[in-house]
Amino acid sequence: MKRFYDTELETFRSQLILMGEKAIERVWLAMRSLAEADTALANQVIAGDDEIDRLEVAIDDEAMRYMNLRAPVATELRLVIVGMKASHDLERVGDEATGIAKRALRLACEPPPGPALTGEIASLAQMAVIGREMLRDALGCLLENENKDTALAVIRRDKEVDRLNKQLHRALTVHAAANPGNINCAIELMFISKSLERIADHATNIAEEMVYLTQARDIRHTGEHKKTGGD
Amino acid sequence: MVSAPAAISSDSQTTTRMSAGNITFFPPQPASPASDGPGSESRAPGLIEIAGLDFYYGEKKALDGINLSIEANRVTAFIGPSGCGKSTLLRCLNRMNDLIEDAGIRRGSIKIGGADINARGVDPIELRKRIGMVFQKSNPFPKSIYENIAYGLRIQGFKNKAEIDSRVEASLRNAALWNEVNDRLHDNALGLSGGQQQRLCIARALAVEPQVILMDEPCSALDPIATAKIEELIHELKKRYTIIIVTHSMQQAARVSDRTAFFYLGRLVEYGGTRAIFMNPSNPQTEAYVSGRFG
Repeated sequence: MKRFYDTELETFRSQLILMGEKAIERVWLAMRSLAEADTALANQVIAGDDEIDRLEVAIDDEAMRYMNLRAPVATELRLVIVGMKASHDLERVGDEATGIAKRALRLACEPPPGPALTGEIASLAQMAVIGREMLRDALGCLLENENKDTALAVIRRDKEVDRLNKQLHRALTVHAAANPGNINCAIELMFISKSLERIADHATNIAEEMVYLTQARDIRHTGEHKKTGGD
Repeated sequence: MVSAPAAISSDSQTTTRMSAGNITFFPPQPASPASDGPGSESRAPGLIEIAGLDFYYGEKKALDGINLSIEANRVTAFIGPSGCGKSTLLRCLNRMNDLIEDAGIRRGSIKIGGADINARGVDPIELRKRIGMVFQKSNPFPKSIYENIAYGLRIQGFKNKAEIDSRVEASLRNAALWNEVNDRLHDNALGLSGGQQQRLCIARALAVEPQVILMDEPCSALDPIATAKIEELIHELKKRYTIIIVTHSMQQAARVSDRTAFFYLGRLVEYGGTRAIFMNPSNPQTEAYVSGRFG
């Protein structure tokens, strides 16, 4: 039976997916502004943070209204709760994108890092690609409620980003020691690496929330994803 | 005339059957109630065991193979759309359906405390003293507040006025009504508000010290404040009594019950901890019903 307010939940779900798309796009644009030393693009990313913030507030507001007036239970209740939590994670992803864009602006004023850091910059790009895929796959569970394996696979990929981040930190530390004139550049890249690592953490949180949405199981801090394989 | 004060039904007064003899219906309850909270999946031994129950109104099958174990000192909610059989099952538990012509159990059993309540030799009047019932519409006797409770006690053989007074007060206190009526015990009960009348009916059921209280939509005619008082009372009473409540309010079932049974078309679709039923029901029909999508 269709209820007169069923469309409200579908709109809620769409808003969440829209917010996810916006957050992913902003991370990508921030990384492009870094790679291309495009200060206009970096400024555009920074200015666009408000849009993500407004979406978070709108999603929270709708979730509170729906819980108050519609008294959801079961899957619907989980969707509303997960929506609130995921929107918070996505807002933080937006903040990280802004942080990357700000550092891209600073790096644009620094001397180019030169061929010595080519490998490290490639690692950053790899982290950004993985982070984007993790966010997309995690949010994809909102479209395909039954696909529990996708969420678990997202969680397992977090280790990969952690490993790249550590590797990059070590390499940049060595580079900074050997090239004191290039130390600012190395530090900015370290912070960008950390931002990408945090974006993967938020994608992991969202994936855990999707497991709760689709299976009503709270797997946070249980290490359960390891039981099904992966590292 | 024999009456059934716990059952709160004038019709039941005509259903005298053979004496209960020396059958022991109700073994002592556990010393303290299980209190691991609503929705807990831990299972105490079932006080009421329903096995393979088929019930018919004439040739119409109203209950189909019901198997259900109801725990002591818990609140169990029966939910489901109108006509699903939940009230029929509730009335089976104190044999109120005996009063309906051409209706009855054709297969299966109901055991309370291990004893079959439909066995030959079981007196339904005695049964209803132990299995009290509160109905959708409050039905106090057109007598004083005091007499509504004292009447059943006198029928049971209590003669000492001090003892009756004491039991009347205890019942009213247990039903959270004493403070509102203690200065007008001899006023007519029909002058009470709807919510007070319903609590008086609960006090009347409590006076004969039942073990189980059946509630058939006890709040459906009450305003939110009176409903909240009854729900608070249910929460208190479960420490000493086993309560089964039929309700059409999903939120009420979620608030007051520890376990919930969902019925549809005479069948038990799903039974489990209330938290599980409302957070993650295993049957799609249950989810559709508790979400209001049913039909």
